[in-house]
Amino acid sequence: MTLERHNYDVLVIGAGGAGLRAAVEAREAGLRVAIICKSLFGKAHTVMAEGGAAASMGNVNDKDSWMVHFRDTMRGGKFLSHFRMAELHAKEAPDRIWELETWGALFDRTKEGKISQRNFGGHEYPRLAHVGDRTGLELIRTMQQKIVQLQQKDGRESGDMESGIKVFAELTITEILKENGKISGAYGYWRESGEEVLFEAPAVVIATGGVGKTFKITSNSWEGTGDGHALALKAGANLVDMEFLQFHPTGMVWPPSVRGILVTESVRGEGGVLTNNLGERFMFKYIPDVFKDKYADNEAEADRWYEDQDNNRRPPELLPRDEVARAINTEVKAGRGTEHGGVFLDVSKRIPAETIKKRLPSMWHQFYELAGVDITKEPMEVGPTCHYVMGGVEVEPDTAAAVGVPGLFAAGEVAGGMHGSNRLGGNSLTDLLVFGRRAGMGAVAYVKSNGANPVSEGAIAAAAKKIQAPFDREGGENSYSLHAELQEITHNLVGIIRTGSELAEAIEKIAAIRARSANVSVSGGRKFNPGFHLAFDLDNMLLVAESTAKSAIAREESRGGHTRDDFPNMNNKWRQMNLISSFDRTKVNFREQALPVLHKELFDLFDVHELEKYMTPEEIAKGGSN
Amino acid sequence: MARNIKLRIWRGDSTDGGLKDVVVEANEGEVVLDVIHRVQATQMGDLAVRWNCKAGKCGSCSMEINGKPRLACMTQVASFGEEETITVTPLRAFPIIKDLVADVSFNYKKAMEVPAYEHPKELAPGEARMQQIDVERSQEFRKCIECFLCQDVCHVVRDHEENKKSFAGPRFFIRIAELDMHPLDMLKNRKKSAQEEHGLGMCNITKCCTEVCPEHIKITDNAIIPMKERVADIKYDPARWLGSKIRRREGL
Repeated sequence: MTLERHNYDVLVIGAGGAGLRAAVEAREAGLRVAIICKSLFGKAHTVMAEGGAAASMGNVNDKDSWMVHFRDTMRGGKFLSHFRMAELHAKEAPDRIWELETWGALFDRTKEGKISQRNFGGHEYPRLAHVGDRTGLELIRTMQQKIVQLQQKDGRESGDMESGIKVFAELTITEILKENGKISGAYGYWRESGEEVLFEAPAVVIATGGVGKTFKITSNSWEGTGDGHALALKAGANLVDMEFLQFHPTGMVWPPSVRGILVTESVRGEGGVLTNNLGERFMFKYIPDVFKDKYADNEAEADRWYEDQDNNRRPPELLPRDEVARAINTEVKAGRGTEHGGVFLDVSKRIPAETIKKRLPSMWHQFYELAGVDITKEPMEVGPTCHYVMGGVEVEPDTAAAVGVPGLFAAGEVAGGMHGSNRLGGNSLTDLLVFGRRAGMGAVAYVKSNGANPVSEGAIAAAAKKIQAPFDREGGENSYSLHAELQEITHNLVGIIRTGSELAEAIEKIAAIRARSANVSVSGGRKFNPGFHLAFDLDNMLLVAESTAKSAIAREESRGGHTRDDFPNMNNKWRQMNLISSFDRTKVNFREQALPVLHKELFDLFDVHELEKYMTPEEIAKGGSN
Repeated sequence: MARNIKLRIWRGDSTDGGLKDVVVEANEGEVVLDVIHRVQATQMGDLAVRWNCKAGKCGSCSMEINGKPRLACMTQVASFGEEETITVTPLRAFPIIKDLVADVSFNYKKAMEVPAYEHPKELAPGEARMQQIDVERSQEFRKCIECFLCQDVCHVVRDHEENKKSFAGPRFFIRIAELDMHPLDMLKNRKKSAQEEHGLGMCNITKCCTEVCPEHIKITDNAIIPMKERVADIKYDPARWLGSKIRRREGL
C-alpha cells in the first residue's frame, strides 16, 4: 500500500486555542497550513476553560494596565516566570481579546456595552473577559469559525476550500522528523483506520496542551497525555521546570465517576466560600506573609470586598491556586474534611438561586446532572485535582521557537516559562492567544527564510516500524494496566506534597514501568483501536512523569506548584534557577540553568520591599539588568 | 456499592456487526460512559468509543442509549431499572466507522457551507459596544457543544439519506440564527439563504431537536420558528417584496 503523504509550509499539532491561533496567523500570512487534532475538530480541552481570559482592558476598573497585570503574573508565579513572556502576555492580551470580537465572539457586556470583566484569584482588578462560565468554548468556536472563514475565502479564490488550510481530525502524531538537524515534518496515523500518514513541512508548531492523564485525579480529558512534551524531547528540544504542576484547588470529589472534574474558580469569584466539617471558613488561617497586605484576615472585610473593592482587601478564597490547594489538602489531612475527602464550597447561602443560575450556568448544570447536587440549595464538595502543567518546552519568548531545534515552535500549555511556578486563573486563555499568534508568526518567518526540507526514506521507515511494533508482539504487557500503575505512582509519590525519598522511589518505579512498556502488545486490528492508541500515549506519559519526578527531586525548595515536605520554604538560590530536562534516547537528564534576570524597567515596576520577599540582597542591589 | 449490570453493545463496522451482551460492574454515581470504559479496560480492549471531557462540555460521546440520542457522560446508570439491560448503539443518522463511533463528517461539511461572520469594516478592534440583552439571543445558540444529537434525531435526515445534500440540520439553523441575530454581523439575507440554500423549509417543527439538546437550547422555538416566520413575512408580504426589490436589500 502506498503511504499517504502531505506537503505543507506549517504543520500545527494540536487544535486547541494555541494551535488554532497559530494556524490563523500562518494562513493569513499566505502559508499553507495543516492542523492536526487527536479528537474531532472543536473538542480540544480549551472548551473546558470556564472562568475567562485575563486581559487588562480596564473596562470595569480603569486603574488596570499591562503593568499591573505583569506584576500579578510575576507574583502568582513566585518570580520564576520568564519575565519577557509575562511582559509580552500582559501587553498583548487586550488586543487578542478585541481581535476575537472582530471574528464574531460575543463576550458578556458591561452596562456601557464594553466587554465585561470579572474578578479572579491573584488578579488585582476585575480582568477576565468571559461568557458566563463557558469562555473556553467561545474561544474555540470563534477560532474554529475563523478558520472556516479563511477556508471560504480560499474556496472563492482557488475553487478548493481546503487548499490553504486543512484540518486533519482524529489523527495522532507519533514522531516529529528532522533532516540535517532541522525540522522536516511529522509522522503519524489516522485513529479511525490506523493507517499511516506522512506530513512534510519545514516548520512544526506544537500546541498539544497538558499532561494531566499522567495523574490519577485530573481535570484533563484523555487527550492530556503530554504528547507534545514528549515529541519535543525526542526531537531534541528541552523542557523547562517540569516539577511545577498546578493542582486546581476545586475539583469535584463526589461521586467517584466525576472525581477531578473542575469547579471553576468563578464560583469563589462570585462569592463562594470554603468551609471545613466544623463549619469554619478556614482560608483566613492560610494567608502567607507575602500576601498579607492584599487579602482580608477577617470575614467582615472579606464580605465587604464584593461591594467595595477599593477600600477592602480581597477574601482569602481568592488567593492563588497553589495556596488554596495546599490549604484544602491540609484541612483534609487534619481530619476536618468532608466524608468523601474534600471540603465544602458554598454559594447557596450568599447568592440568590436565580443569580447563581445566571452567573454560573454550566456549574449549576454540571452538579445537577452529573452529581445530583443543586448548588443553589446545598454546598459542593471539592478537593484538589491535577489541572495544568506550568513546565513545558523551552522557547524563545518573542518567536515561540523551541530552543535547540530549528523549525520547531511551541505555544500554549505545552510551552514552559510563561507562568513560572504557578499560573493565575485566566492567564491560560490569553497565553494561548498571545503565544499561539507569536508561534504562527515565528513559523512564517522561519519558513520564508529556510524553505522546504524533504524527509528521507530512512526516517519514514523507522517511524513506520515503531507504529507496527506493538502489533507484532504477542502476550506482552497491557497498556491499560501500565497506565493505571503509572497513575498510582504519580498520585502517591509525585503529587501535591512531595519528599525526596518518595521522589527517588518514584523515579525507580517509573523506570521499571518504562522498561515493561517496551513490551506492550495490542489486541485487535488497527481500526479505531483504543488499546493501540493508548500504547503511544503511555510512552509519552512515561517520559513526562520521569521528567517531572527528576526535576522535583532536584528542586530543594517549595514554590508554587511544587511543594516539598522536606524543604518547606522558598529558597532564593532556587528562584534564580530553571531546571532543564533533555532526553538522550534512553533516559531524561536534567541540569540547572540560570533564570534570565528581570530587565531594569520591569524591575522598577515593583515596590522594592515586595521584591525583598523573593530576591537576595545582591539581586536587589543590582536592580535588574539592562 | 458496586453491582453488576447488563449492557448490550453494538460491535462491528460498516461491513458487518451486531449487538453483544456483556455483564459489567457499575459503582454508585456512575454514568454509562464509565461502564463502557470498564468494558474496554477489562473485556474488550479494542472497543471503539469517542469521548473527551466527560463533563458534558465537549459533545464527543454522543450515541444512542436504548434508542435515544444521548451523551454517554451525562446519562446516569441509576436512571435505568436494576434489571434493565442498557443498549448502546452508534448514532443512526451517520455512517458507522466502528462500534460506537460514527462518521460525523457530514456536520463539518455543513459547517463550511454557512457563510462566516462579517465584521463592520469601520469598527476597529475594541470599539464595539453592545448591550447584554442584545448579545444574549445569539449567546444562547453559541452554547452549542456540537454533539450533533439534534442532527442525529432529526427525521428529515435520519430516515432520508437523500435529504442530506440539501438540508443543513438544526445545528446549523441555530448557527445561521446566531449570526442573523448577532448585533454586528454585516452579511444580509441570512434568513433567506437558510430557506433557499440550507433547507430550513424542510423542517416541520416536530421539536425533536430541542428535546435531545443537552444544553437545553430552544432550537425550534428560538431559532427555527422565528426564522421561518421572518422568511414568510419577507416572501409573502407584497409590499415588503416590492420594497426589497426596489431598494435592492432584504427588507428587515
